[in-house]
Amino acid sequence: MRKFESQVQIKKYEVLREVSRLAMEGKLEEKYHEIPNKIVPGPEATTRCCIYKERAIIAERVKLAMGGNKDNENVIEVIDCACDECPIERFVVTEACRGCLAHRCMDVCPVDAISIIGHKAYIDSSKCIECGRCSQVCPYNAIADVMRPCRKACPVGAISIDENKKAVIDNEKCIQCGACVYQCPFGAIMDKSYIVDVINLIKEAKNNENIRVYAIIAPAISSQFTYAKIEQVVSGIKKLGFHDVIEVALGADIVAKHEAKEFAETIENQKFMTSSCCPAFVSYIRKKYPMLTDKISKSVSPMIAVSRLIKSMDDKAKVVFIGPCTAKKMEIKQDDLVGDTDYVITFEELAAMLDAAEIKLEYCEEGVLDNASFFGRIFARTGGVTEAVRHVIDSEKIDVEFKPVVCDGIKECDKALKMAMVNRLNGNFIEGMACVGGCIGGAASLHHGPKDRNEVDKYGKLAMEKDINDSLRVFDIEDLKLDREI
Amino acid sequence: MLTIHVCIGSACHLKGAYNVINKLQEIIKERKLEDKVVVKGAFCLGECTKAVSVKIDEGTIISVSEETVDDFFEQYVAGRV
Repeated sequence: MRKFESQVQIKKYEVLREVSRLAMEGKLEEKYHEIPNKIVPGPEATTRCCIYKERAIIAERVKLAMGGNKDNENVIEVIDCACDECPIERFVVTEACRGCLAHRCMDVCPVDAISIIGHKAYIDSSKCIECGRCSQVCPYNAIADVMRPCRKACPVGAISIDENKKAVIDNEKCIQCGACVYQCPFGAIMDKSYIVDVINLIKEAKNNENIRVYAIIAPAISSQFTYAKIEQVVSGIKKLGFHDVIEVALGADIVAKHEAKEFAETIENQKFMTSSCCPAFVSYIRKKYPMLTDKISKSVSPMIAVSRLIKSMDDKAKVVFIGPCTAKKMEIKQDDLVGDTDYVITFEELAAMLDAAEIKLEYCEEGVLDNASFFGRIFARTGGVTEAVRHVIDSEKIDVEFKPVVCDGIKECDKALKMAMVNRLNGNFIEGMACVGGCIGGAASLHHGPKDRNEVDKYGKLAMEKDINDSLRVFDIEDLKLDREI
Repeated sequence: MLTIHVCIGSACHLKGAYNVINKLQEIIKERKLEDKVVVKGAFCLGECTKAVSVKIDEGTIISVSEETVDDFFEQYVAGRV
């Protein structure tokens, strides 16, 4: 059976499932307003003040599941009515405060925000600058850091709190990494969903032989749905009505080869290059280190590469990416990439669609999945891109010094970029992954755990073609456009 | 110009589609038919049980394996070029 990590995930899943079900039945317009009552039947409220508020929140989730606010170009949105529970002051004195004689908190505070009132420390929030020193020096650990989880999670400081105590996302800063979506304990931030578009497209394809809908699945899928075999997952996806299921890892093979050559050709002038497969990392550089933009590899991402390959081979193809990533939803909207991958959905959304269609993976027959090499498949985890590029350099005997710096998660990426800014990067290639662990730690993964990395490697080793040239030998990739235009 | 579509979807790939393509290309080269026959990969032709699925232009699906490539070429292609 499928396991969920949290109640937040379950609620999101239930909404997506109900929306999918109605869309599949063709009754969405007519019945979507019935979903809140179905999910929150009452009479007792479980997490909010009353069932009416719970239903109102579900109604907002339904809107997001149906595509969200079209006027907001961001794919990550705050559900206003779900966001109102968190304290706005970051440092709070707790019961553990003894009002001690030393009161180091008071002494260490650089802005004199702390006083002792009624034998207890008191923080004047109008003075507090949230430096956290009081919390660090207290011998009783009595000062708690209760920074809002969304703000804490956001690596780019894109979230602020408005006068109504609601989180607001600054679209100029947001890189769509999905950290806030994953971290908000109330599930008040959600990624917009395109499942309705996908379901409608599949329906249309059934009656129109000029459309064939391909599902391209990210290699991180090997760590998901582990209650069934990957072969059964493939059959399940096909049963949803997709014409074929193809590995994005094939695109990763293409990209690794292209990127290795690009690296060899440009590194002498460039001094260093960064990977470009993680859209949140690319966006991070563009927004926080714009002066390093020309260091980003020009190569398109594996998703775009395999989409272009499919469309070059089948002019009736429409392509739907299925992965663990919220940033991919934004990537496909970039000017130079529009029309390559038609829609992006997540593993969470796939799970909801499968259940809406009452497809039980554990009872599906075993399909097959084999389009890529070991190296393409391990792109899903930290270090994979580096191993793949090194493999191309070694196997093609390219004469170039390759000194990678592998960054696991956006914090490490930031460190490496900072070093690069002052010419102190200890290497000449930055592999950047915004999520810790790589794509398998993606915000829209169904689960996140230490075992996932092994699952990816296991799956990688099953590939029939052992290396990249083997897996690409029948493709005409010379004619594919693999460089970004911006 | 004849186009031979060879399915390279997962099922056909595992049954040796890549080798079928390479063999076909060798035959075409040997017989100097490069400007008359072209081999193209195609994703799923929809008949996975016939792996490796091969189709000539818009014809029906023919099941070919590495061992039967020569026979296939003789029977279905040679006479048409």
